[in-house]
Amino acid sequence: MRIDISQKVILPLLGAACVLVVWSIVSVTVAPDLPSPGRTWRESQRYVLEPFFKDGEMNQGIGRLAFYSLVRVGKGFALALAIGTPIGFLLGLSRRFHQSFDPIVQFMRPISPLAWLPLGLVIFQKSEPAAIFTIALCAMWPTVINTAVGVRSISPDYLNVGRVLKLSRVKTLTRIVIPATLPYVFTGYRLSLGLAWLVIVAAEMLTGTPGVGGFLWQEYNSLVYSHIILSVITIGAIGFVLDRLMGLVEARVRID
Amino acid sequence: MAYLEVRGLRKSYGTRSGLTAVLGGVDLTLEEGEFVAVVGYSGSGKTTLVSLIAGLIAPDRGEILLEGVPVTGPGPERGIVFQQYSLLPWLSVRGNVALAVDAVNPGLPASERRRITDEFIALVNLTPAAWKRPRQLSGGMRQRVAVARALAMRPKLLLMDEPFSAVDALTRATLQDELLRIWGERRSTVMLITNDVDEAILLADRIYPMTPGPDAVLGPAIEVGLPRPRQRRHMSLEPAYQKARQALVEFLRAARTAR
Ligand SMILES: Nc1ncnc2c1ncn2[C@@H]1O[C@H](COP(=O)(O)OP(=O)(O)OP(=O)(O)O)[C@@H](O)[C@H]1O
Ligand SMILES: [Mg+2]
Repeated sequence: MRIDISQKVILPLLGAACVLVVWSIVSVTVAPDLPSPGRTWRESQRYVLEPFFKDGEMNQGIGRLAFYSLVRVGKGFALALAIGTPIGFLLGLSRRFHQSFDPIVQFMRPISPLAWLPLGLVIFQKSEPAAIFTIALCAMWPTVINTAVGVRSISPDYLNVGRVLKLSRVKTLTRIVIPATLPYVFTGYRLSLGLAWLVIVAAEMLTGTPGVGGFLWQEYNSLVYSHIILSVITIGAIGFVLDRLMGLVEARVRID
Repeated sequence: MAYLEVRGLRKSYGTRSGLTAVLGGVDLTLEEGEFVAVVGYSGSGKTTLVSLIAGLIAPDRGEILLEGVPVTGPGPERGIVFQQYSLLPWLSVRGNVALAVDAVNPGLPASERRRITDEFIALVNLTPAAWKRPRQLSGGMRQRVAVARALAMRPKLLLMDEPFSAVDALTRATLQDELLRIWGERRSTVMLITNDVDEAILLADRIYPMTPGPDAVLGPAIEVGLPRPRQRRHMSLEPAYQKARQALVEFLRAARTAR
C-alpha cells in the first residue's frame, strides 16, 4: 500500500516538479520571453478559476474554449468511426476490396492535417465543416487498419464453428466476426481519438475558430505568451483524460 | 453399405518446403449407433482425418459417404468437438450451446429452443455454470461445454478430436465416465480420436489404429469384446481388455518401427 502511494502519486509529482524547475531555469536564462511558471499562473488565473466566463469571441474561460474544441473533435471523431469502421471490415473481409483499396489507404494515411485543411476549405467554403472533415480524414486510419487486422486475425477455429453450424453470412458476421473483432476495433477507436485531438489544434489554428487551438494562436499573435502555455497544458490534460476514458471502454470489450 | 463409409481417402498439404502427404488412402466404416475410436501417434494425421469427415477441408482423393450421401462440406449433422477449445469466448456457456440449438432448430419457438439448450447444459452437469464465460471455467468444464454444443446439433455422427487430451488425468477419467453415461443414454454414433490406448478401449466398440505419417493409413479394426455398461474399475483385469490392448500396442509399435 505504501509503495503504491509513492509510485502512483509521489513519483509523478516529482517528475512534474523537475519539469517546473527546468522551465523556470530556461525562462530566466536562455529564453527571457518565455513566461516563468509563476507569471503564467498569475496571468492565467482568471481563465482557470472562472472557466466559463465570456468577454468576447476569443476571450473566454478555458472551460468554454475546451468545450468548443471537444464538440468539434466529437463530431470529427464520430464521422471517422462512421466511415472507418465499415471500411475496416470490408478490407478485412473481402480480398477484392483489400486489393482495390489498401494501396489508397496506405497512401492517404501519412498525409498531414495541414495538407487536408486547405482542401477542406476549398470543398466546403466554411471553416467549421472543413475542420471536421480534416479531423475525420486524419483520425480514421487507426480505426480502419485495426479493424481490418482484427478481422484477419480471427481464429479459424471460431469460423469453423460457424461453418459446421451452417450459419448464414449475416449470422456469421453478427455472431462471430464482429464480436471477435471488437477488441481490435476499440483499440483503433482509442488511437483515432488521440489523433483527432492532435489534429484539432492545427485545424483551429488555421481556421481561426474559437477553441483551445484558436485561442492559442490568437494569444501568440497578441504576444500573450503565458496563454500559449495555458493552452498547451489544457490540450495535454484533455488528451490525457480522453485517452484514459477510451482505455476504460477498451478494457471493457477485451474478452481474454 | 455402412452408416459411414470412408474409402481411399488421401490428403496432402502443400507447404513452402514442398508437399507433405499426410493421409495415404484411409478406409473406415462405422455402423449406426456404434462407438469407434481411432488411435495414433501425435502428428500422424488424426485431425486431418476428422476435418475431412467434418467437411472442413476437401480430400485429394477418395470419398466419404454418410448414409450413402457424399460429404461435400461442413454441416451440423456431423457435430464436432474440436481439439483446441473452440468455444466462443464472448458467449456464456448458455450462449455457446444456444448458438448450436438455434442454428439447427430455426423453426422451433424460442421457449422450446431455450428448453433444449437447458437440457443439454444439464446433460453435462453445467447448469450451475450456465451463465459463466469460457475463461471463467476450468479446462474440463470447457470441454464439457464443447461436448454439449456438439450434441446439441443432434448430429447423425459425433466427431471428437482428442477431446480430453488437454485436461489432467483425474479430470480426464471423470469426463470419460460422463461420456460413457451419455453415450449409454443416447446411443449416438461416435468417432473418437485419441492418442490414449486405454481411453479407446474403455469407450469404443471398435478401434482403428493409425500408422504414423507420412502417408498414414488405418490398420484393421480391433474389436473390443468388453460387455456394456462398462465400469472403469477392474476392467484392466479382464482378458478381453488385455487382448485388445495387446493387439493395439503391437500394431502401433510395429507400424512405428516400419518407418
Ligand atoms: N494446414 C496444414 N498445412 C500444412 N501442414 C499441415 C496442416 N495441418 C496439418 N499439417 C501437417 O500434417 C500432419 C498431420 O497433422 P494432424 O494435425 O492431422 O496430426 P494429428 O494426428 O492430429 O496430431 P496431434 O495428435 O498432435 O493432434 C502434421 O505433420 C502436420 O504438420
Ligand atoms: Mg490433432
